[in-house]
Amino acid sequence: MVEQKKCQVLVVGAGPGGYVAAIRAGQLGLSTIIVEAEKAGGTCLIRGCIPSKAMIHAAHKMHDLAKMATEGGHMGISIPGPAELNMSELVAWKDGIVGRLNKGVENLLKKAGAELINGWANFIDAKTCKVATESGDILIQAENVILANGSIPTELPFMKYGGDVISSRHALDLQEIPNNLVVVGGGYIGLELGIAFAHLGSNVTVLEAMDTVLPIFDRELRRPVELNLKRLGIKVLTGVFAKGVDKDGNALYAPKDDQEKVQTIEADKVLVTVGRRPNNQGWGLAEMGVKSNEHGFVIVDERCATNMRGVYCIGDLAERGAMLAHNASSQGEMVAEVIAGEIRAWDPVAVPAIVFTEPEIVEVGLSPEAAKAAGHPVITGKFPLAANGRALTMEAEKTGGFIRVVAREDDHRILGVQAVGSHVSELSGEFTLAIEMGALLEDIAGTIHAHPTMSESFHEAVLATLGHAIHIT
Amino acid sequence: MGIYAFKMPDIGEGVVEGEVVAWHVEIGATVKEDDPILDVMTDKATVTIPSPVDGVVRTRKGNVGDILAVGHICISFDIDGDGNSSGDETPEPESEVKKKEEKEAKVEVKEPKPEVVEKVSGARPLASPAVRKRANEAGIDLASVNGSGPAGRITQSDLDSWKDAGSPVAAAGPSRSALSGTTEVPVIGLRRKIAEQMHKSYSKIAHFSYFEEIDVTNLEDLRQHLNANRSEGAPKLSYLPFIMQALVKGLAERPECNAHYDDERQVVIRHSAINLGIATQTERGLYVPVVKNVEAMDLWQCASEMQRVTDAAKDGSAALDLLSGSTFTITSLGRMGGLGATPIINHPEVGILGIHNAADSAVVRDGNIVIRRMMRVSSSWDHRVVDGFDGAMLVQILKKYLEHPATIFM
Repeated sequence: MVEQKKCQVLVVGAGPGGYVAAIRAGQLGLSTIIVEAEKAGGTCLIRGCIPSKAMIHAAHKMHDLAKMATEGGHMGISIPGPAELNMSELVAWKDGIVGRLNKGVENLLKKAGAELINGWANFIDAKTCKVATESGDILIQAENVILANGSIPTELPFMKYGGDVISSRHALDLQEIPNNLVVVGGGYIGLELGIAFAHLGSNVTVLEAMDTVLPIFDRELRRPVELNLKRLGIKVLTGVFAKGVDKDGNALYAPKDDQEKVQTIEADKVLVTVGRRPNNQGWGLAEMGVKSNEHGFVIVDERCATNMRGVYCIGDLAERGAMLAHNASSQGEMVAEVIAGEIRAWDPVAVPAIVFTEPEIVEVGLSPEAAKAAGHPVITGKFPLAANGRALTMEAEKTGGFIRVVAREDDHRILGVQAVGSHVSELSGEFTLAIEMGALLEDIAGTIHAHPTMSESFHEAVLATLGHAIHIT
Repeated sequence: MGIYAFKMPDIGEGVVEGEVVAWHVEIGATVKEDDPILDVMTDKATVTIPSPVDGVVRTRKGNVGDILAVGHICISFDIDGDGNSSGDETPEPESEVKKKEEKEAKVEVKEPKPEVVEKVSGARPLASPAVRKRANEAGIDLASVNGSGPAGRITQSDLDSWKDAGSPVAAAGPSRSALSGTTEVPVIGLRRKIAEQMHKSYSKIAHFSYFEEIDVTNLEDLRQHLNANRSEGAPKLSYLPFIMQALVKGLAERPECNAHYDDERQVVIRHSAINLGIATQTERGLYVPVVKNVEAMDLWQCASEMQRVTDAAKDGSAALDLLSGSTFTITSLGRMGGLGATPIINHPEVGILGIHNAADSAVVRDGNIVIRRMMRVSSSWDHRVVDGFDGAMLVQILKKYLEHPATIFM
């Protein structure tokens, strides 16, 4: 006899979209079940954002200590010998953080009254799903379904994951530092991890098919990152295709325009980060009658409702919004409220996107080019971190960062803010708030920013846009 | 290159100033000769002023709602060839000067495009997440809300005002809630003219009103007959041409009613001509086009001319002379019904006649209740110069003619 359950809300996937949806649904008094095959927390918490940021932080420490271990030290601090890395302990430390957050999510779900079921959900129809758990199958009938199945790393058919070909997930669990790491794909995941491993001591080579790494950002924003890749000795080969690995596990590649000319790079590990695709296979999406677009993303409206009544889709699997944890969370929160009868729509003006390379990149709202393309009369202003006192005290100016503001020339509304530089990710909140609140340049110009902080750079970039920055000429 | 300064032209006899209703060109715009540049409203008419030259707009004077004097420079152009001005006499508005300084101070400013301002309309409404959430819940399209904040930012109180304004959505809303806030509607353009004229009429004239009911059964028979047998191209007759014709007779008998009272000179000017103003509701507001010399027209001419002048008023093509010179005014209170009204006299006239709809009614004739077609009229008179008896008499004369329609034409 299969155990049967009924609920008002069934959430599939306990990532940053799903678990937020389930907590909010619970708060709203809806009987809620959330199904997760792995640990609650999802890609973001278990094998993406959080563990990679832990690794990046540790790698920074390692890199800083290495500077102090050189002849004469650094900033008056010297240590007698190079810091030693125990990779398995580093991974254990990282796992400790992940574990704490995972327990936190489970507790929050419980407190909100949402039931977490560990198992693999398989839909029989749009509202019925069979969950395979350790203790047997459970049949769940739901009034509303929230699909939050997320995304998975894209695999290259000629270099499948396994052995020394690893995904970002495996890279975060390596027990040893690879001497030679080849990164296939110079997007944000590849560069974040590539830089971290370079900081930890690997020789890193990045293979990128496009003419540049981080092609989604404009040249001005990319430039400080490209310079730092050079400084770190990371070799970047652009305009090349990866061609697989040879029998020794070395990476093969060829120039885009002469693909016969295959060359070899020595590699202990080959990290493939060529993007992520919607996780739309193996759980009965086809049986649900839910429509997807040609790229496999589920089609949703501004309330994240699919074509099937009572079936919603959020996060990476949904076609609306970029593949970002914070998109998924805000959609999850909204959908729970929609199901509870509130009138809501997912209508952000600006969603921040951050790349945790060294230096970091933040992009919120429209870039100058996008703003022009949208027909706005555009003015921009830029302020370098090198002119900010607090940045100097943290050596945040060393990576050549700046903050750039994009505004309308006629009414001065802020359309976008971009920043590149060490530690700039923590400034993203103010950029986003400014745009969401409909701030004009004069609103930011008239807001006193604390000294000495890096946030003063935003103030100054706004003043620069108005034509009267104080600390640059 | 030269500068061509253009003075506000004489736009009608005796008109010394006009109110800016709309500019058709922005500063920096390229215009061709005869392109419309400016709409100006005078006492009654709105006149579109065409560009005198080919050129680029250099300066503009006056915002919507401002009064411009005839003969003063209202716009200047940069033109090829010699201009008529050194440019000194048309100082740029202060805001323009300021803007220029700002632009010079900026490094990255791109060359300004003249059409820039219009594109704001396409931009997303500026509103915070809390405002957007509330608007979404209330079913309000933010694009339809006027923002009072900088750059048109929509605030919570703007949403209050929008709801107060009695929007269809608010009226149909799922819940009723107490509202607060006010919306200010500027009284400009035609509305200001109407307000001024009504104030003058009502504050100067001692109105008295007089109502009557007229049996138009026979008139209706005649009207139906004439309409059924009218020649091709002839207008369909409403009651109004008959009333106008009857008024010609009636006003001839009571000349004190077809008059202007010049209260400053203390003179009543009786008119020989009968020029009937026809109060006409248009999309832009109330206009009073005039059918002139009704005494010289037959019924059909009267109908055609009335059609012509009211059409001109409705489509905005009425010239100033079509909108002035009335000696007496008729206002149709008709279609919606109404038992009576107290129409306001069009100063300096001394009387006005309001016509209500005609409807079949039960009335007593020879001790029997019979069905007759009855029409109510409401009249107002300037009691300073028209005694009650005189005003009432005119209405009674009118009644006599309309109840025995053949006599109108004798």
